[in-house]
Amino acid sequence: MISASRPFIQLIASVLVTTTALLTSSGCNRQPDTIKLGEFASMTGKEAVFGQNVNKGTRLAIEESNVAGGVLGRTLELITEDDQSKPGESATVVKKLISRDKVVVILGEITSGRTLEAAPIAQAAKIPLISPGATNTEVTAKGNYIFRVCFIDDFQGTVMAKFARDTLKLKRVAILSSVSSAQSVGLAKYFRERFTSASTAIAAEQKYSEGDKDFRAQLTAIKAAGADGIFVPGYYAEAALICKQARDLGLTLPLLGVDGWESPDLLAIAGDAAEGCYLSTHFSPESKAPVVVAFNERYQKRWGISANALSVLGYDATMLAIDAIRRAGSTDGAKIRDALAATKDYPAVTGAITFDAHRNPTKNAVVLLVKNGKFTFVQDVAP
Amino acid sequence: MSEFLQQLLNGLSLGAIYALIALGYTMVYGVLRFINFAHSDVFMVGAFIGYYLGKLVPENIVWGGLVVLLAAMLGCALLGMIIERLAYRPLRGAATLNVLITAIGVSLLLEYSGQVFFGATPRTFPAVFPSGNYSFGSLVISSNQILVIVVAALLMVALQLIVYRTKIGTAMRAVSLNPKAAQLVGVNNDVVISFTFGLGSALAGAGGILYALNYPSIDPLMGVMPGLKAFVAAVLGGIGNIPGAALGGLLLGTVETFVNGSQWSTYKDAIAFAILIIILLFRPAGLLGKFTVEKV
Repeated sequence: MISASRPFIQLIASVLVTTTALLTSSGCNRQPDTIKLGEFASMTGKEAVFGQNVNKGTRLAIEESNVAGGVLGRTLELITEDDQSKPGESATVVKKLISRDKVVVILGEITSGRTLEAAPIAQAAKIPLISPGATNTEVTAKGNYIFRVCFIDDFQGTVMAKFARDTLKLKRVAILSSVSSAQSVGLAKYFRERFTSASTAIAAEQKYSEGDKDFRAQLTAIKAAGADGIFVPGYYAEAALICKQARDLGLTLPLLGVDGWESPDLLAIAGDAAEGCYLSTHFSPESKAPVVVAFNERYQKRWGISANALSVLGYDATMLAIDAIRRAGSTDGAKIRDALAATKDYPAVTGAITFDAHRNPTKNAVVLLVKNGKFTFVQDVAP
Repeated sequence: MSEFLQQLLNGLSLGAIYALIALGYTMVYGVLRFINFAHSDVFMVGAFIGYYLGKLVPENIVWGGLVVLLAAMLGCALLGMIIERLAYRPLRGAATLNVLITAIGVSLLLEYSGQVFFGATPRTFPAVFPSGNYSFGSLVISSNQILVIVVAALLMVALQLIVYRTKIGTAMRAVSLNPKAAQLVGVNNDVVISFTFGLGSALAGAGGILYALNYPSIDPLMGVMPGLKAFVAAVLGGIGNIPGAALGGLLLGTVETFVNGSQWSTYKDAIAFAILIIILLFRPAGLLGKFTVEKV
């Protein structure tokens, strides 16, 4: 028995020794000469346009920083994970980024729902997370490691409510919001609070879920309520079909959208139906500010297409992360967090960033109009 | 009143699509006594065939639209027959559960290979039929809605004629009644079952095109929800019963639309499915189904 098992033990021992040797040697090779940044984005799926645009901005930021010599004398490495626009997937890929790839900062996500899902994981691991576009108020309340470079829905809802009441002179606006999007629920609430006044009222309030294709029932009810405008806080996939079906039902009123509408797909799917609709967003590429013009040129040169709010926010979030690592002088999560929290007047493309106590920046919003199949600039709104 | 009529119209056009898909479920069940879960993904493939073909034919022309519709039906019929030949025929005579699990497998295979071949991003479906809106007073109907209702009605009548007035239809009913006895009197079961799959899948293909015309954003997972609803519609009407599937589809579409347009829109699926449970409590075989005692 004993003699029989000895070769076996030897085998195990030799395997163990080899494995350890391999592990240590590969460990030596992987001596971190790069600083890893983790990005999670909807590269495929329903909101693929969002993820792909953000990713282009993020990659441009990484490439530019590396050309300029990296940070702390080391090269930056971006690891992008796809969350497939699905609930549940963000948590999985962010866990992977933190535990397997050992990233020092998490970048993402553009949507509030998926950022809310990932935030507690980043917070628990004490890895700073910077969202380029999660506007839901709750996001940064998840913990002191969670930041964002965009305005919040409280402000966005107010902008659209004021625009509808004061600029468009609408009296009875209906709300058609998504029950399954954190951003949509929040925006509907702020819009309702800010729009209602002595002479103006919410005509009707209807709901849908992400992934719905048929909105005729809700739109028919809105039509019957005699609305003169519809506020649709949602993403482009549903918004495009809502525009189309509203026009099919003979509704000629303006539809009011939010930053989630901004995608070439909205124009492609809705076609003429989107004409005359307004939306609020973070940035207009038509802006004449020198920093925006210079960015547009670099972006156009790198990707051959023009920049939009999503790609600019991706760029800003990444540049801010790199700047914070430089100021922290370290890749330690807590030090980067402190540097981020101390950010003051950081010159981002979408406007200067100074974080308040809740790690939210104060920034302007722009209102765009869909005209001749394009998003055109209407006005700039300061908080 | 006009709001009621408008919602009824919306509901009927949605229900007509559910009915078309439900017919495929019910026909396969009628003949083979199993639920072909891959059916809703054949529906998706139909929409994608239309998407690629729609780029080749001129837009907004009736014959172009008809070519796309027929090609999608033909393509889906072929796909249905291939699925039957490769995945289900080898399992004929095996336990129903095995075939059911295979069906779920084929469904997932189609969905995820769809993501590989077509991409996961939603695509814009081309306007292959000329479209316009007609209004009668405050009632508005789009030509696509009329098209859905007309095509669905025509296909259902055609189906009824095929099943009750043709030789192959008689053979289908014979196989459904007793496969062994049908074989004894000279019915080729393989041909009949293959034909059933082809016919059901062609209806799914037509459903895919009509759905995409009304909701012109298509993706590889687009079949999941309509498929589930159509399955419910088939059970509601009495699974295995062709007029029952049509009735179930129209009923489900209408109920869903009315709930959606009310203040309880958040609960639209909950209410639709609750109605299903209640109907099945009182009529376990569905609205038009006959309750039969399982022979042991």
